Amino acid sequence: MAEETATAAVLVRKEPDREVLEEAFQVKVDAETRIEPKDWMPDAYRKNLIRQMSQHAHSEVVGMLPEGNWLTRAPSLKRKAILMAKIQDEGGHGLYLYSAAETLGITRDQMYDQLLDGSAKYSSIFNYPTLNWADIGAIGWLVDGAAITNQIALCRCSYGPYARAMVKICKEESFHQRQGYDIMMVMAEGTAEQRRMAQDALNRWWWPALMMFGPHDAESAHTSQSMKWKIKRSSNDELRQKFIDATVPQAEYLGLTIPDDQLAWNAAEGKYDWGEIDWDEFRNVVNGNGLCNRERLETRRKAHEGGQWVREAALAYAEKRQQRAASAPEKKEI
Amino acid sequence: MNRPETDPHFEYLLRLGDSSLILGQRLAEWCGKAPILEEELALMNIGLDLIGQARLLLSHAGQVEGRGRDEDRLAFFRDVQEWRNLLLVEQENGDFAKTMARQFLFDTFQGLQYRELAASADSTLAEIAVKSLKEAEYHQRHSRNWMLRMGDGTEESHTRLQKALDELWGYVPELFEMDEVDQAMIAAGIGIDTNALRAEWDSRVREVLSEATLTVPDVGWAVSGSRKGQHTEHLGYLLAEMQFLPRAYPDARW
Repeated sequence: MAEETATAAVLVRKEPDREVLEEAFQVKVDAETRIEPKDWMPDAYRKNLIRQMSQHAHSEVVGMLPEGNWLTRAPSLKRKAILMAKIQDEGGHGLYLYSAAETLGITRDQMYDQLLDGSAKYSSIFNYPTLNWADIGAIGWLVDGAAITNQIALCRCSYGPYARAMVKICKEESFHQRQGYDIMMVMAEGTAEQRRMAQDALNRWWWPALMMFGPHDAESAHTSQSMKWKIKRSSNDELRQKFIDATVPQAEYLGLTIPDDQLAWNAAEGKYDWGEIDWDEFRNVVNGNGLCNRERLETRRKAHEGGQWVREAALAYAEKRQQRAASAPEKKEI
Repeated sequence: MNRPETDPHFEYLLRLGDSSLILGQRLAEWCGKAPILEEELALMNIGLDLIGQARLLLSHAGQVEGRGRDEDRLAFFRDVQEWRNLLLVEQENGDFAKTMARQFLFDTFQGLQYRELAASADSTLAEIAVKSLKEAEYHQRHSRNWMLRMGDGTEESHTRLQKALDELWGYVPELFEMDEVDQAMIAAGIGIDTNALRAEWDSRVREVLSEATLTVPDVGWAVSGSRKGQHTEHLGYLLAEMQFLPRAYPDARW
């Protein structure tokens, strides 16, 4: 009874504080002061970041799979080594982002469970298959290119650990993008069959890459609040346009055709006009109907479940070691 | 019969490079399948080291041969019987215990091998050995730790690892076999006496197995033949996958 009263009193006292805290938080954000893990933050800000950062981490980890699909079939030892290093970087980004998200009060295990049970999302682009070697080039060039466009903006995100993670990740991603473009360049200058593969890869990856920026601003559920909190610094449509403007000349240089009849330079506005994304396809793939949705999750589930005994062994061994160390402490002191 | 046509120096480098490449390729197969993310990165990292070694060794082999074959020509345009990798490394990944057991047996061997090759009269080979020795020692630390964790972990991990060792043990004697190519290379100051490494390998491996509460297998069988191009059937499938693209489009450069 006494306890209940005390709790109630705390709640009552906290109410006005929250408004003051929220106001102070927004002042801080507006003044471009970074929010750090121990700072007070609104619950919704925390939740929003956990969603976004874990989704980002999951995308890195699932994103290893379509590239891993060609790791054993890379056409030269140099390409194999580069791809292996790239995949390793991506796993590293995943670890880094999980750690950054853990500063918000969730564990990596919890986040990973959410990925495996389907309640957390990852970038839908990885539900598309890699069917020929040029797809590995297209992923580096377009998918990493789109990701960098997003992530450069995130380097100025209001949440300190996320912003700092992005600085490091952007450096590696831009290297990946150059490698991807290099694959495309060699293939575009190669045999007729290689050029056909390169064009086919561009045809299949172009629109999904544009979808990576998310729905149009008017339909984006998270945009306006995220902008206010400076988690997001540019809108989906702004970033998408930036990506298109940067990428079209790169495709022209390769002598490849972007699969969009309406694509045209708009001299008056200094940007490209372009067609419309097939949003039905976007929703369809997000909702589980991409060619590889099931395989991607199943691969990660199988690895996780199949590795249960390994993790248990490591844990059991660590405990045994600890016990042995604890049962023989005198030895050390002598 | 065709022995005299084979340059022992080329043959010797091929053996070294092929073992690194095939094991690197096996580790690449783990992408997306490892029991924990950190371990997936470790396997990619070790595989990357091995493929890096293979590139150096095969490039050097191609130069020594002098017939214009570069690392890729050697990696992608030889069929099963032209490969000289140890039988141990072409064995399938199996579960994590089998992969780590294979890795541990090989890492321990490779570390000793590179230590000795660092003094080779072939200065390029000596340089590769010095660089690769650091990697092999790091790999051995990693696989050794897993031998301990799994051997002395749970009952299940112990059983799996012991079974893996029993399945792989018969490929061990081949690591220490010597033939006329080895003899010629020892005489030239280029190669090393692997047979002389057996005792040290044995003691290092036995020490870890004992600490991991594992039994040194006594399997009563042993196979070899890779030096003459006699392999297990697993290698053909590995090559079919690895070599597919360059063989399907032989005119292409990638």
